[in-house]
Amino acid sequence: MRKMALDMVLELARRDPRVVFMGSDLGAGVMDGFKAEWPERFFMEGISEAHLVGMAAGLALEGKIVYLNTIATFLTRRCFEQIVLDLCLHQAKVRLIASGGGVVYAPLGPTHEAIEDLAILRALPGMTVLAPADATEMARLMPLTLDHPGPIYLRLGKGGDPVITDPGQPFRIGRLFPLKPGRDLLLVTTGTTGKVALDAAALLDAEGLRTGVLHVPTLKPLDAEGLLAAMAPCPAVVTLEEHVRTGGLGSAVAEVLAEAGWTAPKRFLRLGLPDAFPSRYGSQASLMAHFGLTPEGVAGRCLALSRPSAGLRSSP
Amino acid sequence: MTTPASDPGRAASPPLDGRSRALRRQILRTFAAGGRGHLGSALSLVEILRVLYDQVLEFDPARPRWPARDRMILSKGHGCLALYAILADKGFFPEAELWTFCQDGGSLGGHPEFGKVPGVEASTGSLGHGLSIGVGMAAALRMDRNPARVFVLDSDGACDEGSLWEAALSAAQHRLDNLTVLLDYNRMQSYAGTSEVLELEPLADKWRAFGFAVREADGHDVAALGGALAGLPFAPGRPGILVCHTVKGKGIPFLEGNAAWHHRGRVTEAELAALFRELD
Repeated sequence: MRKMALDMVLELARRDPRVVFMGSDLGAGVMDGFKAEWPERFFMEGISEAHLVGMAAGLALEGKIVYLNTIATFLTRRCFEQIVLDLCLHQAKVRLIASGGGVVYAPLGPTHEAIEDLAILRALPGMTVLAPADATEMARLMPLTLDHPGPIYLRLGKGGDPVITDPGQPFRIGRLFPLKPGRDLLLVTTGTTGKVALDAAALLDAEGLRTGVLHVPTLKPLDAEGLLAAMAPCPAVVTLEEHVRTGGLGSAVAEVLAEAGWTAPKRFLRLGLPDAFPSRYGSQASLMAHFGLTPEGVAGRCLALSRPSAGLRSSP
Repeated sequence: MTTPASDPGRAASPPLDGRSRALRRQILRTFAAGGRGHLGSALSLVEILRVLYDQVLEFDPARPRWPARDRMILSKGHGCLALYAILADKGFFPEAELWTFCQDGGSLGGHPEFGKVPGVEASTGSLGHGLSIGVGMAAALRMDRNPARVFVLDSDGACDEGSLWEAALSAAQHRLDNLTVLLDYNRMQSYAGTSEVLELEPLADKWRAFGFAVREADGHDVAALGGALAGLPFAPGRPGILVCHTVKGKGIPFLEGNAAWHHRGRVTEAELAALFRELD
Protein backbone atom coordinates (compact mmCIF):
# COMPACT_ATOMS: atom_id res chain seq x y z
CA MET A 1 0.00 0.00 0.00
CA ARG A 2 2.86 2.33 0.81
CA LYS A 3 4.58 1.47 -2.44
CA MET A 4 1.40 2.17 -4.34
CA ALA A 5 0.92 5.48 -2.51
CA LEU A 6 4.46 6.63 -3.27
CA ASP A 7 4.31 5.38 -6.87
CA MET A 8 1.13 7.39 -7.23
CA VAL A 9 2.85 10.51 -5.88
CA LEU A 10 5.33 10.27 -8.76
CA GLU A 11 2.46 9.70 -11.16
CA LEU A 12 0.66 12.77 -9.82
CA ALA A 13 3.87 14.82 -10.00
CA ARG A 14 4.11 14.03 -13.70
CA ARG A 15 0.53 15.13 -14.14
CA ASP A 16 0.55 18.26 -11.97
CA PRO A 17 3.48 20.67 -11.54
CA ARG A 18 2.19 21.72 -8.10
CA VAL A 19 3.04 18.34 -6.57
CA VAL A 20 6.07 18.15 -4.28
CA PHE A 21 7.30 15.30 -2.11
CA MET A 22 8.74 15.56 1.39
CA GLY A 23 10.17 12.89 3.64
CA SER A 24 11.90 12.98 7.00
CA ASP A 25 14.76 10.49 6.89
CA LEU A 26 13.26 7.62 4.94
CA GLY A 27 14.96 4.37 4.04
CA ALA A 28 17.80 4.50 1.54
CA GLY A 29 16.53 4.54 -2.01
CA VAL A 30 12.94 5.48 -1.16
CA MET A 31 11.58 7.76 -3.90
CA ASP A 32 14.84 7.67 -5.88
CA GLY A 33 12.75 7.75 -9.05
CA PHE A 34 10.96 10.90 -7.95
CA LYS A 35 14.23 12.51 -6.91
CA ALA A 36 15.86 11.71 -10.25
CA GLU A 37 12.91 12.99 -12.23
CA TRP A 38 11.97 16.03 -10.13
CA PRO A 39 14.98 17.03 -8.01
CA GLU A 40 13.61 20.49 -7.28
CA ARG A 41 10.35 19.07 -6.02
CA PHE A 42 11.94 16.52 -3.71
CA PHE A 43 12.74 17.31 -0.06
CA MET A 44 14.36 14.85 2.35
CA GLU A 45 14.41 17.07 5.38
CA GLY A 46 15.92 15.07 8.19
CA ILE A 47 14.49 13.95 11.50
CA SER A 48 12.61 17.12 12.27
CA GLU A 49 8.91 16.40 12.00
CA ALA A 50 7.72 19.65 13.57
CA HIS A 51 9.71 21.59 11.01
CA LEU A 52 8.66 19.28 8.19
CA VAL A 53 4.99 19.94 8.76
CA GLY A 54 5.51 23.69 9.11
CA MET A 55 7.62 23.81 5.98
CA ALA A 56 4.99 21.78 4.15
CA ALA A 57 2.45 24.41 5.15
CA GLY A 58 4.69 27.15 3.77
CA LEU A 59 5.02 25.29 0.47
CA ALA A 60 1.26 24.79 0.36
CA LEU A 61 0.59 28.47 1.08
CA GLU A 62 2.57 29.18 -2.10
CA GLY A 63 0.34 26.88 -4.11
CA LYS A 64 2.13 23.55 -3.86
CA ILE A 65 0.41 20.27 -3.11
CA VAL A 66 2.66 18.55 -0.62
CA TYR A 67 2.85 14.78 -0.13
CA LEU A 68 4.68 14.16 3.13
CA ASN A 69 5.65 10.67 4.16
CA THR A 70 7.08 9.20 7.32
CA ILE A 71 6.14 6.72 10.03
CA ALA A 72 2.64 7.36 11.37
CA THR A 73 3.67 7.89 14.99
CA PHE A 74 6.29 10.49 14.07
CA LEU A 75 3.93 12.15 11.64
CA THR A 76 1.25 12.68 14.28
CA ARG A 77 2.70 12.89 17.76
CA ARG A 78 5.64 15.29 17.99
CA CYS A 79 4.29 17.60 15.32
CA PHE A 80 0.69 17.62 16.44
CA GLU A 81 0.58 21.37 17.01
CA GLN A 82 2.02 21.99 13.55
CA ILE A 83 -0.74 19.78 12.13
CA VAL A 84 -3.39 21.72 14.05
CA LEU A 85 -2.13 25.23 13.37
CA ASP A 86 0.04 25.15 10.26
CA LEU A 87 -2.08 22.66 8.32
CA CYS A 88 -5.66 22.75 9.58
CA LEU A 89 -5.92 26.42 10.51
CA HIS A 90 -4.45 27.41 7.14
CA GLN A 91 -6.37 24.71 5.26
CA ALA A 92 -3.03 23.82 3.70
CA LYS A 93 -3.07 21.24 0.94
CA VAL A 94 -0.67 18.85 2.61
CA ARG A 95 -1.17 15.10 2.35
CA LEU A 96 0.26 13.23 5.33
CA ILE A 97 1.11 9.72 4.17
CA ALA A 98 1.41 7.80 7.40
CA SER A 99 3.35 4.55 7.14
CA GLY A 100 2.43 1.78 9.53
CA GLY A 101 -0.96 2.73 10.90
CA GLY A 102 -1.94 0.58 13.89
CA VAL A 103 0.47 -2.11 15.10
CA VAL A 104 2.28 -2.72 11.81
CA TYR A 105 5.58 -2.04 13.56
CA ALA A 106 4.82 -4.47 16.38
CA PRO A 107 8.41 -5.73 16.73
CA LEU A 108 9.62 -2.15 17.23
CA GLY A 109 7.39 -1.46 20.21
CA PRO A 110 5.12 1.34 21.42
CA THR A 111 7.26 4.19 20.04
CA HIS A 112 6.36 2.99 16.54
CA GLU A 113 2.77 1.85 16.99
CA ALA A 114 0.17 4.38 15.82
CA ILE A 115 -2.74 3.36 17.97
CA GLU A 116 -4.41 6.75 18.58
CA ASP A 117 -3.78 8.60 15.32
CA LEU A 118 -7.35 8.41 14.05
CA ALA A 119 -8.73 9.77 17.31
CA ILE A 120 -6.51 12.82 17.52
CA LEU A 121 -6.76 13.72 13.85
CA ARG A 122 -10.50 13.18 13.68
CA ALA A 123 -10.90 15.94 16.26
CA LEU A 124 -9.25 18.57 14.08
CA PRO A 125 -11.38 21.08 12.17
CA GLY A 126 -10.83 20.87 8.43
CA MET A 127 -8.82 17.64 8.50
CA THR A 128 -9.77 14.78 6.17
CA VAL A 129 -8.93 11.33 7.56
CA LEU A 130 -8.61 8.38 5.17
CA ALA A 131 -7.79 4.74 5.84
CA PRO A 132 -7.99 2.66 2.66
CA ALA A 133 -8.18 -1.12 2.82
CA ASP A 134 -5.76 -2.15 0.12
CA ALA A 135 -3.36 -0.98 -2.59
CA THR A 136 -5.95 -0.91 -5.35
CA GLU A 137 -8.21 1.33 -3.31
CA MET A 138 -5.17 3.51 -2.65
CA ALA A 139 -4.61 3.77 -6.39
CA ARG A 140 -8.18 4.90 -6.91
CA LEU A 141 -8.17 7.47 -4.15
CA MET A 142 -4.78 9.11 -4.71
CA PRO A 143 -5.79 11.13 -7.79
CA LEU A 144 -8.64 12.62 -5.75
CA THR A 145 -6.13 14.04 -3.27
CA LEU A 146 -4.87 16.55 -5.84
CA ASP A 147 -7.75 18.97 -5.66
CA HIS A 148 -9.34 18.06 -2.34
CA PRO A 149 -9.41 21.15 -0.11
CA GLY A 150 -7.38 21.31 3.11
CA PRO A 151 -5.06 18.75 4.68
CA ILE A 152 -5.48 15.00 4.40
CA TYR A 153 -4.25 12.24 6.70
CA LEU A 154 -3.75 8.99 4.84
CA ARG A 155 -3.24 5.93 7.05
CA LEU A 156 -1.31 3.13 5.42
CA GLY A 157 -1.33 -0.57 6.25
CA LYS A 158 1.58 -2.94 6.26
CA GLY A 159 1.93 -3.56 2.56
CA GLY A 160 0.85 -6.67 0.72
CA ASP A 161 -2.54 -6.32 2.35
CA PRO A 162 -5.09 -8.57 0.61
CA VAL A 163 -7.23 -6.83 -1.97
CA ILE A 164 -10.82 -6.76 -0.78
CA THR A 165 -12.27 -3.70 -2.49
CA ASP A 166 -14.05 -3.70 -5.84
CA PRO A 167 -11.74 -2.32 -8.55
CA GLY A 168 -14.77 -1.28 -10.58
CA GLN A 169 -16.15 0.97 -7.87
CA PRO A 170 -14.87 4.54 -8.13
CA PHE A 171 -13.55 5.96 -4.89
CA ARG A 172 -15.04 9.09 -3.48
CA ILE A 173 -13.81 10.86 -0.37
CA GLY A 174 -16.59 10.70 2.19
CA ARG A 175 -18.25 7.65 0.68
CA LEU A 176 -19.01 4.35 2.44
CA PHE A 177 -18.41 1.02 0.72
CA PRO A 178 -20.50 -2.06 1.54
CA LEU A 179 -18.22 -5.07 1.10
CA LYS A 180 -20.84 -7.70 1.83
CA PRO A 181 -24.59 -7.67 2.53
CA GLY A 182 -26.18 -9.15 5.68
CA ARG A 183 -29.19 -8.16 7.78
CA ASP A 184 -28.59 -9.76 11.18
CA LEU A 185 -25.42 -7.91 12.11
CA LEU A 186 -23.32 -5.22 10.50
CA LEU A 187 -19.55 -5.16 10.92
CA VAL A 188 -18.25 -1.64 10.33
CA THR A 189 -14.51 -1.38 9.68
CA THR A 190 -11.85 0.96 8.38
CA GLY A 191 -8.45 0.39 6.81
CA THR A 192 -6.97 -3.07 6.63
CA THR A 193 -9.27 -4.65 9.23
CA GLY A 194 -11.77 -4.98 6.38
CA LYS A 195 -10.20 -8.34 5.61
CA VAL A 196 -10.61 -9.55 9.21
CA ALA A 197 -14.23 -8.40 9.10
CA LEU A 198 -14.96 -10.25 5.86
CA ASP A 199 -13.44 -13.47 7.19
CA ALA A 200 -15.35 -13.08 10.46
CA ALA A 201 -18.54 -12.48 8.48
CA ALA A 202 -18.00 -15.73 6.57
CA LEU A 203 -17.72 -17.60 9.88
CA LEU A 204 -20.86 -15.91 11.18
CA ASP A 205 -22.81 -16.66 8.01
CA ALA A 206 -21.95 -20.31 8.55
CA GLU A 207 -23.48 -19.96 11.99
CA GLY A 208 -26.65 -18.61 10.47
CA LEU A 209 -25.98 -15.03 11.49
CA ARG A 210 -26.20 -13.11 8.23
CA THR A 211 -23.44 -10.56 8.64
CA GLY A 212 -22.83 -7.50 6.51
CA VAL A 213 -19.53 -5.67 6.24
CA LEU A 214 -19.30 -1.93 5.71
CA HIS A 215 -15.94 -0.38 4.88
CA VAL A 216 -15.47 3.22 6.05
CA PRO A 217 -12.29 4.51 4.37
CA THR A 218 -13.21 8.13 5.16
CA LEU A 219 -13.36 8.64 8.91
CA LYS A 220 -13.68 12.32 8.42
CA PRO A 221 -15.83 13.77 7.00
CA LEU A 222 -17.98 10.84 8.09
CA ASP A 223 -21.10 10.11 6.07
CA ALA A 224 -23.36 9.92 9.11
CA GLU A 225 -26.56 9.67 7.09
CA GLY A 226 -25.23 6.87 4.93
CA LEU A 227 -23.96 5.12 8.02
CA LEU A 228 -27.34 5.31 9.71
CA ALA A 229 -29.08 4.07 6.59
CA ALA A 230 -26.73 1.09 6.44
CA MET A 231 -27.07 0.31 10.14
CA ALA A 232 -30.80 0.84 10.52
CA PRO A 233 -31.99 -2.55 9.18
CA CYS A 234 -29.55 -4.47 11.42
CA PRO A 235 -30.36 -5.33 15.03
CA ALA A 236 -26.65 -5.34 15.91
CA VAL A 237 -23.67 -3.23 14.89
CA VAL A 238 -20.05 -4.04 15.68
CA THR A 239 -17.15 -1.75 14.82
CA LEU A 240 -13.67 -3.13 14.21
CA GLU A 241 -10.46 -1.13 13.96
CA GLU A 242 -6.71 -1.45 14.47
CA HIS A 243 -6.76 1.48 16.89
CA VAL A 244 -7.63 2.07 20.53
CA ARG A 245 -11.35 1.88 21.19
CA THR A 246 -11.25 5.50 22.28
CA GLY A 247 -11.90 8.15 19.70
CA GLY A 248 -11.55 6.23 16.46
CA LEU A 249 -14.07 4.50 14.21
CA GLY A 250 -16.01 2.93 17.10
CA SER A 251 -16.43 6.27 18.81
CA ALA A 252 -17.45 7.94 15.57
CA VAL A 253 -20.12 5.30 14.92
CA ALA A 254 -21.24 5.46 18.56
CA GLU A 255 -21.73 9.21 18.25
CA VAL A 256 -23.98 8.70 15.23
CA LEU A 257 -25.93 5.90 16.87
CA ALA A 258 -26.39 7.69 20.17
CA GLU A 259 -27.74 10.81 18.53
CA ALA A 260 -30.08 8.71 16.39
CA GLY A 261 -31.60 7.11 19.50
CA TRP A 262 -30.15 3.63 18.98
CA THR A 263 -31.37 1.85 22.08
CA ALA A 264 -32.12 -1.65 23.31
CA PRO A 265 -33.02 -4.16 22.04
CA LYS A 266 -30.61 -2.95 19.35
CA ARG A 267 -27.02 -3.85 20.19
CA PHE A 268 -23.68 -2.17 19.66
CA LEU A 269 -20.08 -3.16 20.37
CA ARG A 270 -16.72 -1.55 19.67
CA LEU A 271 -13.78 -3.85 18.93
CA GLY A 272 -10.27 -2.48 18.81
CA LEU A 273 -7.12 -2.18 20.85
CA PRO A 274 -7.38 -1.82 24.64
CA ASP A 275 -6.57 1.35 26.54
CA ALA A 276 -2.95 0.31 27.04
CA PHE A 277 0.34 0.38 25.21
CA PRO A 278 0.95 -2.94 23.49
CA SER A 279 3.31 -4.78 25.83
CA ARG A 280 4.36 -7.50 23.41
CA TYR A 281 6.48 -7.66 20.27
CA GLY A 282 6.26 -10.34 17.62
CA SER A 283 4.31 -9.37 14.51
CA GLN A 284 1.28 -7.32 13.59
CA ALA A 285 -0.62 -10.59 13.19
CA SER A 286 0.48 -11.96 16.56
CA LEU A 287 -0.45 -8.73 18.33
CA MET A 288 -3.83 -8.60 16.64
CA ALA A 289 -4.37 -12.22 17.70
CA HIS A 290 -3.33 -11.35 21.25
CA PHE A 291 -6.02 -8.68 21.33
CA GLY A 292 -8.61 -11.04 19.85
CA LEU A 293 -8.82 -9.14 16.59
CA THR A 294 -8.79 -12.24 14.37
CA PRO A 295 -11.70 -13.53 12.30
CA GLU A 296 -12.42 -16.12 14.98
CA GLY A 297 -12.08 -13.65 17.83
CA VAL A 298 -14.29 -11.08 16.14
CA ALA A 299 -16.86 -13.69 15.16
CA GLY A 300 -17.00 -14.92 18.72
CA ARG A 301 -17.66 -11.43 20.09
CA CYS A 302 -20.30 -10.81 17.43
CA LEU A 303 -22.07 -14.04 18.21
CA ALA A 304 -21.99 -13.35 21.91
CA LEU A 305 -23.53 -9.95 21.23
CA SER A 306 -26.27 -11.24 18.94
CA ARG A 307 -26.99 -14.47 20.77
CA PRO A 308 -25.90 -13.93 24.35
CA SER A 309 -26.59 -17.56 25.29
CA ALA A 310 -24.79 -19.23 22.40
CA GLY A 311 -21.12 -19.70 21.56
CA LEU A 312 -19.35 -20.24 18.27
CA ARG A 313 -20.07 -23.92 17.61
CA SER A 314 -17.77 -24.91 14.80
CA SER A 315 -14.72 -22.75 15.28
CA PRO A 316 -11.85 -24.27 13.23
CA MET B 1 25.80 48.91 10.70
CA THR B 2 26.59 46.44 13.43
CA THR B 3 26.95 46.71 17.14
CA PRO B 4 28.83 44.34 19.38
CA ALA B 5 26.73 41.42 20.62
CA SER B 6 27.50 42.37 24.18
CA ASP B 7 25.83 45.74 23.78
CA PRO B 8 22.07 45.65 23.99
CA GLY B 9 22.17 48.96 22.18
CA ARG B 10 19.90 50.68 24.63
CA ALA B 11 21.98 53.70 25.47
CA ALA B 12 22.79 54.54 21.89
CA SER B 13 19.25 54.60 20.46
CA PRO B 14 18.37 57.97 18.95
CA PRO B 15 15.18 59.63 20.23
CA LEU B 16 11.96 58.40 18.63
CA ASP B 17 10.88 60.60 15.76
CA GLY B 18 7.37 61.70 14.83
CA ARG B 19 6.55 58.61 12.76
CA SER B 20 7.71 56.23 15.46
CA ARG B 21 5.61 58.10 18.00
CA ALA B 22 2.58 58.20 15.71
CA LEU B 23 2.71 54.44 15.17
CA ARG B 24 3.02 53.93 18.92
CA ARG B 25 0.01 56.15 19.44
CA GLN B 26 -2.01 53.92 17.08
CA ILE B 27 -0.80 50.88 18.99
CA LEU B 28 -1.96 52.42 22.25
CA ARG B 29 -5.34 53.34 20.79
CA THR B 30 -5.75 49.81 19.44
CA PHE B 31 -4.74 48.38 22.79
CA ALA B 32 -7.23 50.69 24.51
CA ALA B 33 -10.00 49.63 22.11
CA GLY B 34 -9.45 46.00 22.94
CA GLY B 35 -8.75 46.66 26.58
CA ARG B 36 -5.93 44.15 26.40
CA GLY B 37 -2.92 42.97 24.46
CA HIS B 38 0.80 42.29 24.41
CA LEU B 39 1.77 45.93 24.55
CA GLY B 40 5.42 45.66 25.51
CA SER B 41 6.10 43.09 22.80
CA ALA B 42 4.52 45.35 20.18
CA LEU B 43 6.38 48.50 21.21
CA SER B 44 9.62 46.60 20.86
CA LEU B 45 8.89 45.96 17.16
CA VAL B 46 7.85 49.35 15.86
CA GLU B 47 11.08 50.44 14.21
CA ILE B 48 11.78 47.00 12.74
CA LEU B 49 8.35 46.89 11.10
CA ARG B 50 8.51 50.51 10.07
CA VAL B 51 11.81 50.08 8.27
CA LEU B 52 10.61 46.87 6.62
CA TYR B 53 7.39 48.39 5.30
CA ASP B 54 8.79 51.85 4.54
CA GLN B 55 12.05 50.84 2.91
CA VAL B 56 12.51 47.12 2.29
CA LEU B 57 9.38 45.17 1.38
CA GLU B 58 7.77 45.16 -2.06
CA PHE B 59 4.00 45.08 -1.64
CA ASP B 60 0.74 46.49 -2.91
CA PRO B 61 -1.98 46.96 -0.30
CA ALA B 62 -4.61 46.90 -3.06
CA ARG B 63 -3.44 43.43 -4.04
CA PRO B 64 -2.39 41.74 -0.80
CA ARG B 65 -1.87 38.41 -2.58
CA TRP B 66 0.12 39.91 -5.47
CA PRO B 67 2.43 37.00 -6.41
CA ALA B 68 5.57 39.16 -6.63
CA ARG B 69 5.14 40.65 -3.15
CA ASP B 70 7.70 40.04 -0.45
CA ARG B 71 6.30 37.82 2.30
CA MET B 72 6.54 39.03 5.91
CA ILE B 73 5.58 36.55 8.60
CA LEU B 74 5.16 37.88 12.12
CA SER B 75 6.26 34.67 13.77
CA LYS B 76 5.96 36.31 17.19
CA GLY B 77 2.24 36.69 16.63
CA HIS B 78 1.74 38.29 20.02
CA GLY B 79 3.42 41.41 18.63
CA CYS B 80 0.42 41.90 16.33
CA LEU B 81 -0.57 45.30 17.75
CA ALA B 82 2.45 46.72 15.93
CA LEU B 83 1.76 44.79 12.75
CA TYR B 84 -1.86 45.95 12.67
CA ALA B 85 -0.74 49.56 13.12
CA ILE B 86 1.66 49.43 10.18
CA LEU B 87 -0.75 47.47 7.93
CA ALA B 88 -3.48 50.04 8.59
CA ASP B 89 -0.96 52.82 8.02
CA LYS B 90 -0.09 51.31 4.64
CA GLY B 91 -3.73 50.90 3.66
CA PHE B 92 -4.14 47.13 3.83
CA PHE B 93 -7.38 47.77 5.74
CA PRO B 94 -9.21 50.85 7.04
CA GLU B 95 -7.96 52.39 10.24
CA ALA B 96 -11.41 51.91 11.79
CA GLU B 97 -10.76 48.16 11.86
CA LEU B 98 -8.16 48.80 14.55
CA TRP B 99 -10.86 49.89 16.96
CA THR B 100 -12.42 46.41 16.82
CA PHE B 101 -9.26 44.78 18.20
CA CYS B 102 -10.07 41.54 20.06
CA GLN B 103 -13.78 42.24 19.76
CA ASP B 104 -16.54 39.92 18.62
CA GLY B 105 -17.14 40.53 14.93
CA GLY B 106 -13.75 42.18 14.34
CA SER B 107 -11.01 40.71 12.18
CA LEU B 108 -8.05 41.66 14.36
CA GLY B 109 -7.47 39.13 17.10
CA GLY B 110 -4.87 38.97 19.83
CA HIS B 111 -2.80 36.96 17.37
CA PRO B 112 -2.90 37.57 13.60
CA GLU B 113 -4.85 35.21 11.37
CA PHE B 114 -4.20 34.33 7.77
CA GLY B 115 -7.28 34.80 5.60
CA LYS B 116 -8.84 37.30 7.99
CA VAL B 117 -6.41 40.18 7.81
CA PRO B 118 -5.06 41.42 4.46
CA GLY B 119 -1.28 41.47 4.61
CA VAL B 120 -1.02 38.69 7.18
CA GLU B 121 0.83 35.82 5.50
CA ALA B 122 0.41 33.16 8.19
CA SER B 123 -1.56 32.59 11.36
CA THR B 124 0.80 32.75 14.27
CA GLY B 125 0.54 32.87 18.04
CA SER B 126 2.23 29.69 19.10
CA LEU B 127 5.98 30.26 18.97
CA GLY B 128 8.37 28.24 16.85
CA HIS B 129 6.13 27.91 13.76
CA GLY B 130 6.84 30.94 11.59
CA LEU B 131 10.36 30.10 10.49
CA SER B 132 9.38 26.67 9.18
CA ILE B 133 6.51 28.23 7.24
CA GLY B 134 8.95 30.83 5.92
CA VAL B 135 11.39 28.12 4.83
CA GLY B 136 8.59 26.41 2.91
CA MET B 137 7.59 29.68 1.27
CA ALA B 138 11.17 30.55 0.36
CA ALA B 139 11.71 27.08 -1.12
CA ALA B 140 8.51 27.39 -3.15
CA LEU B 141 9.41 30.85 -4.44
CA ARG B 142 12.80 29.62 -5.56
CA MET B 143 11.19 26.63 -7.24
CA ASP B 144 8.91 29.03 -9.10
CA ARG B 145 11.78 31.37 -10.07
CA ASN B 146 9.91 34.08 -8.19
CA PRO B 147 12.34 36.77 -6.99
CA ALA B 148 10.10 37.69 -4.04
CA ARG B 149 11.75 37.40 -0.65
CA VAL B 150 10.61 36.03 2.69
CA PHE B 151 11.04 37.83 6.00
CA VAL B 152 10.34 36.20 9.34
CA LEU B 153 10.10 38.45 12.36
CA ASP B 154 10.60 36.45 15.50
CA SER B 155 11.27 36.92 19.19
CA ASP B 156 14.03 35.91 21.51
CA GLY B 157 11.55 33.83 23.49
CA ALA B 158 10.85 31.84 20.32
CA CYS B 159 14.49 30.76 20.37
CA ASP B 160 13.50 28.54 23.33
CA GLU B 161 11.53 26.39 20.89
CA GLY B 162 13.36 23.42 19.38
CA SER B 163 11.37 23.60 16.16
CA LEU B 164 12.89 27.02 15.42
CA TRP B 165 16.35 25.47 15.35
CA GLU B 166 15.11 22.63 13.14
CA ALA B 167 13.93 25.29 10.73
CA ALA B 168 17.25 27.12 10.97
CA LEU B 169 19.14 23.95 10.02
CA SER B 170 16.83 23.47 7.07
CA ALA B 171 17.11 27.08 5.85
CA ALA B 172 20.89 26.75 5.74
CA GLN B 173 20.76 23.28 4.20
CA HIS B 174 18.65 24.65 1.34
CA ARG B 175 20.87 27.73 1.02
CA LEU B 176 17.82 29.96 1.17
CA ASP B 177 19.30 33.39 0.68
CA ASN B 178 15.83 34.68 -0.16
CA LEU B 179 14.98 34.26 3.53
CA THR B 180 15.84 36.82 6.20
CA VAL B 181 15.03 36.53 9.89
CA LEU B 182 14.58 39.64 12.00
CA LEU B 183 15.05 38.81 15.64
CA ASP B 184 13.50 41.14 18.18
CA TYR B 185 16.09 40.67 20.90
CA ASN B 186 14.62 42.62 23.79
CA ARG B 187 15.99 40.14 26.31
CA MET B 188 12.69 39.83 28.10
CA GLN B 189 10.23 37.00 28.00
CA SER B 190 6.92 36.65 29.78
CA TYR B 191 8.23 35.62 33.18
CA ALA B 192 11.50 37.53 33.35
CA GLY B 193 14.68 38.30 31.45
CA THR B 194 15.86 35.70 28.96
CA SER B 195 19.08 35.26 30.92
CA GLU B 196 17.09 34.36 34.01
CA VAL B 197 14.64 32.00 32.28
CA LEU B 198 16.78 30.41 29.57
CA GLU B 199 20.08 31.93 28.53
CA LEU B 200 20.36 32.47 24.79
CA GLU B 201 23.86 33.95 24.67
CA PRO B 202 25.96 33.82 22.64
CA LEU B 203 22.90 34.23 20.41
CA ALA B 204 24.49 35.69 17.28
CA ASP B 205 27.14 32.96 17.42
CA LYS B 206 24.45 30.31 17.63
CA TRP B 207 22.87 31.55 14.41
CA ARG B 208 26.29 31.77 12.78
CA ALA B 209 26.98 28.19 13.80
CA PHE B 210 23.67 27.19 12.22
CA GLY B 211 24.81 28.59 8.89
CA PHE B 212 23.19 32.02 8.86
CA ALA B 213 24.81 35.23 7.72
CA VAL B 214 24.40 37.39 10.83
CA ARG B 215 24.11 41.13 11.22
CA GLU B 216 23.25 43.09 14.33
CA ALA B 217 21.72 46.49 14.77
CA ASP B 218 20.07 48.77 17.27
CA GLY B 219 16.45 47.77 16.74
CA HIS B 220 15.16 51.26 17.47
CA ASP B 221 17.58 53.11 15.21
CA VAL B 222 15.80 53.59 11.90
CA ALA B 223 18.97 54.53 10.05
CA ALA B 224 20.91 51.57 11.45
CA LEU B 225 18.12 49.14 10.58
CA GLY B 226 17.77 50.59 7.10
CA GLY B 227 21.51 50.34 6.59
CA ALA B 228 21.65 46.74 7.76
CA LEU B 229 18.81 45.74 5.44
CA ALA B 230 20.04 47.75 2.45
CA GLY B 231 22.07 44.90 1.03
CA LEU B 232 20.11 41.67 0.71
CA PRO B 233 20.96 38.88 0.84
CA PHE B 234 23.54 39.29 3.57
CA ALA B 235 25.57 36.55 1.92
CA PRO B 236 24.86 34.68 -1.33
CA GLY B 237 23.72 31.12 -0.72
CA ARG B 238 22.98 31.63 2.95
CA PRO B 239 19.90 32.67 4.88
CA GLY B 240 20.34 35.88 6.84
CA ILE B 241 19.42 37.08 10.27
CA LEU B 242 19.39 40.59 11.61
CA VAL B 243 19.62 40.48 15.39
CA CYS B 244 17.79 43.62 16.47
CA HIS B 245 18.73 44.84 19.93
CA THR B 246 15.52 46.26 21.30
CA VAL B 247 13.80 47.31 24.48
CA LYS B 248 10.52 45.72 25.43
CA GLY B 249 7.95 48.46 25.93
CA LYS B 250 10.14 50.96 24.10
CA GLY B 251 8.85 54.52 24.21
CA ILE B 252 6.93 54.34 27.47
CA PRO B 253 9.34 54.54 30.37
CA PHE B 254 7.32 52.63 32.94
CA LEU B 255 6.83 49.76 30.46
CA GLU B 256 10.43 49.45 29.39
CA GLY B 257 11.84 46.14 30.55
CA ASN B 258 8.81 45.67 32.82
CA ALA B 259 7.70 42.02 32.78
CA ALA B 260 4.35 42.95 34.33
CA TRP B 261 3.40 44.49 30.98
CA HIS B 262 4.15 41.46 28.78
CA HIS B 263 0.43 40.85 28.43
CA ARG B 264 -2.34 42.83 30.02
CA GLY B 265 -6.06 42.41 30.22
CA ARG B 266 -8.52 44.57 32.14
CA VAL B 267 -6.44 47.66 31.74
CA THR B 268 -7.80 50.59 33.75
CA GLU B 269 -8.67 54.09 32.54
CA ALA B 270 -5.96 55.50 34.79
CA GLU B 271 -3.37 53.16 33.26
CA LEU B 272 -4.46 54.09 29.75
CA ALA B 273 -4.19 57.79 30.57
CA ALA B 274 -0.70 57.22 31.96
CA LEU B 275 0.34 55.33 28.81
CA PHE B 276 -0.70 58.15 26.48
CA ARG B 277 0.79 60.76 28.80
CA GLU B 278 4.13 58.95 28.98
CA LEU B 279 4.31 58.53 25.21
CA ASP B 280 3.73 62.22 24.57
